[in-house]
Amino acid sequence: MKHHINTTLRRIAPQLVILAGVLLLNFLVFPDFFRIEFQHGRLFGNLIDVLNRGAPTALLCIGMTLVIATKGIDLSVGAAMAIAGAVAAALVVDGHSWQVALLGALCAGAVCGAWNGVLVAVLRIQPIVATLVLMVAGRGIAQLVTEGTILTFLNPGLIHLGAGTVAGIPTPILIWLGLGLAVTAIVRKTALGMLIEAIGINESSSRLAGINSRVLIISVYLISGFCAALAGVIVAADIKGADANNAGLWLELDAILAVVIGGNSLLGGRFSIIASLLGALIIQSVNSVILLSGMPPELNLVIKALIIIAILVIQSPTVKHALYILRASADPIPPGSIKEAKESPQ
Amino acid sequence: MARATGPVLECKGISKFFPGAIALDAVDLTLYPGEVHALLGENGAGKSTLIKCLTGAYRRDAGTIVLDNREISPHSTQESQKLGIGTVYQEVNLLPNLSVAENLFLGRQPMKHGLISQRRMLAMASDLLAEFGLAINPAEPLSAYSVAVQQVIAIARAVELSGKVLILDEPTASLDRDEVDLVFSVIEKLKARGLAIVFITHFLDQVFEISDRATILRNGRIIGTKRLADTTQTEIITLMLGRQLEARIQDRAPTEAGDVLVELRNYGRRGVIEPFGLTVRKGEVVGLAGLLGSGRTETANLIFGAIQADQGEALLEGRKISLKNPREAVAHRFALCPEDRKNDGIVGDLSVRENIILALQARQGWFRPLPRAKINELAEAYVKALDIRLASLDMPIRLLSGGNQQKALLARWLATNPAFLILDEPTRGIDVGAHAEIIALIERLREDGLALLVASSEMEELVAYSTRVIVLRDRRQMRELKGDEITTANIVSAIADEPMTNEPMEGVV
Repeated sequence: MKHHINTTLRRIAPQLVILAGVLLLNFLVFPDFFRIEFQHGRLFGNLIDVLNRGAPTALLCIGMTLVIATKGIDLSVGAAMAIAGAVAAALVVDGHSWQVALLGALCAGAVCGAWNGVLVAVLRIQPIVATLVLMVAGRGIAQLVTEGTILTFLNPGLIHLGAGTVAGIPTPILIWLGLGLAVTAIVRKTALGMLIEAIGINESSSRLAGINSRVLIISVYLISGFCAALAGVIVAADIKGADANNAGLWLELDAILAVVIGGNSLLGGRFSIIASLLGALIIQSVNSVILLSGMPPELNLVIKALIIIAILVIQSPTVKHALYILRASADPIPPGSIKEAKESPQ
Repeated sequence: MARATGPVLECKGISKFFPGAIALDAVDLTLYPGEVHALLGENGAGKSTLIKCLTGAYRRDAGTIVLDNREISPHSTQESQKLGIGTVYQEVNLLPNLSVAENLFLGRQPMKHGLISQRRMLAMASDLLAEFGLAINPAEPLSAYSVAVQQVIAIARAVELSGKVLILDEPTASLDRDEVDLVFSVIEKLKARGLAIVFITHFLDQVFEISDRATILRNGRIIGTKRLADTTQTEIITLMLGRQLEARIQDRAPTEAGDVLVELRNYGRRGVIEPFGLTVRKGEVVGLAGLLGSGRTETANLIFGAIQADQGEALLEGRKISLKNPREAVAHRFALCPEDRKNDGIVGDLSVRENIILALQARQGWFRPLPRAKINELAEAYVKALDIRLASLDMPIRLLSGGNQQKALLARWLATNPAFLILDEPTRGIDVGAHAEIIALIERLREDGLALLVASSEMEELVAYSTRVIVLRDRRQMRELKGDEITTANIVSAIADEPMTNEPMEGVV
């Protein structure tokens, strides 16, 4: 068990360091950043805001991590958010309870996911193309549901999901933490995680080992759709209305970025949901720095771009190889890597 | 053959080293104008490395290449093309969406006032194609024509560009008989024009049909250059496989094979392998022999469901079963160690431990994870039993040596407690020690009552462990050898489709 915790800590160390750095930056531009107050039965503070505002990206990146682990990608999550939000809003406006609305939204998300999964796993369409279909069409579907308007609602139950608190903690924080822990537990306590990784690393070998890659690939897209639906409900509940055009707009890119910042390779294989969630918090903290420092928000995108470039450079095989040679020439050759060491320039 | 003139291309002492391996060891090759020269050898013999050195795709580490009495040292395929060495590959390297004429003259289209003159290009293309006996419309897109015609167009382009030496790398691999004839008629024409043609193929019949001489490579060395008129298929095969063909009678006691486990009736798939029948009993090792491309791997994959059969039926202990995909095969306690270990076997970034339990876990389903203790117990037991050398069970399997990877894959399948184990080239690319261990393991598993089907290009190996050997040729079962008939000499003659030698001691040497 201890061995396990150590491995996980080593895996997420870079993300923790980056997060700490960005939070420190927040503190430097705004000394009250870490202050948390308890008022009107609710926790207040910038740190709480980061956790709360980061909820949609955090939720999306849970499913996105699994999809990317299978060597796929899901561009449709932003559109799926809009569909789910629209369905939830339409249902409460029709007089249904918030429970029915939530269930309806989750079902809509699952259907979106299943659609992507079938395109990728059964029809063998490239994931980026397959999910692009729903990315484009999804907002149209959401508009059909809202009949072209921003569908507003006053159902307190539904609003609570996005703007309420439980024991003083904003509900969205509890939702993403809870789902993150639950999915991590499911993939790591069962063999799901390993089988997903096997498919992402080498699908042919996995298939020949008897793994049902088709079903597993469909299920990761299903999970991604489910996460998107929850994120969509939270966003709609937060503004008390379903905006088919803007809900979750470009969030798929933030989710992918979070997964990449989390050190998960876009080529599939080994993944860590915790690291992706840290990636989502890093993105939200960057947003926060820019807001708090009073810089124009346009800079947000530029800084995000700089972070992506930095992380991609670190991940690139060329840089990795260079680092490996640097380390290999500094250290004695570790056992088991003799063969690789031979190939480095003599 | 125009032997009066000197050679057009003369390679001397070409060597190429890769980290930890000598790919080519002082190889000589001489090509005369107007000859078709076959380059033969099993996989890994060095054929493609030699070609790549000739065409400049690789830099050679030693040796000289003399083309038309001038030493050359091409740095790229473009350069060698300009010098006169053209290459055509099995996969046509043209642009299917462009017209035939554009494909022929891409990069050197006839110009008029700074613009491409379509009319002249089409006329030139028609003339050129006529020379090759093709009466097709050069304005049509390339994709409108069959692979064979595309192949001829590729040859035409290469000859136009280069015109001294033409290298054909498996040009007929995906063609049917009529199409082969079309390509061969073109080769004959080029031969008459005085080109030197290098022909690489796995089809020996075609070698004898079209080639004048053949050079045989094995393990990066030249084994011999033969005039095909003076030799036989058997001799060529013997040189390629390089076995001391002393006919060996097995000293093993006649085996008491058990009940029939697997029976295949008229099982096959069109275009992959001709329908065949096969029974495998418990406690029996059935060997599959044949040259590369003879259908060994296809047979193994078909039985395991990695390729779907489109005819025939499969029976397990007399009951009809379906083998639509590997998952179904695994459920029937079939197992397959594939030929291509890296792409179809190991899951490189997963740990050795995870690789060992992968098939068992896949069969159990993801929701019933193997307990941690069971996983460790299994992995440790197999590492010990098969003597897998590793630093840690947690290391990624890709870091293991070939032999240890193969043993870990065997462990993966043995952990599923299989009844029928299919091994495709179980000893390819592994060191001598591991080689002997795997052969001993096959023997042990047979004694334990498993049914085994082993496809291998190593004939001595097949002779050592098989209780029966099935010889394949051209994707068809040719002959079944039993008991004392199992000798390397008999396997070779079956591959060459010659009558069996009745006195094995005087077999082909």
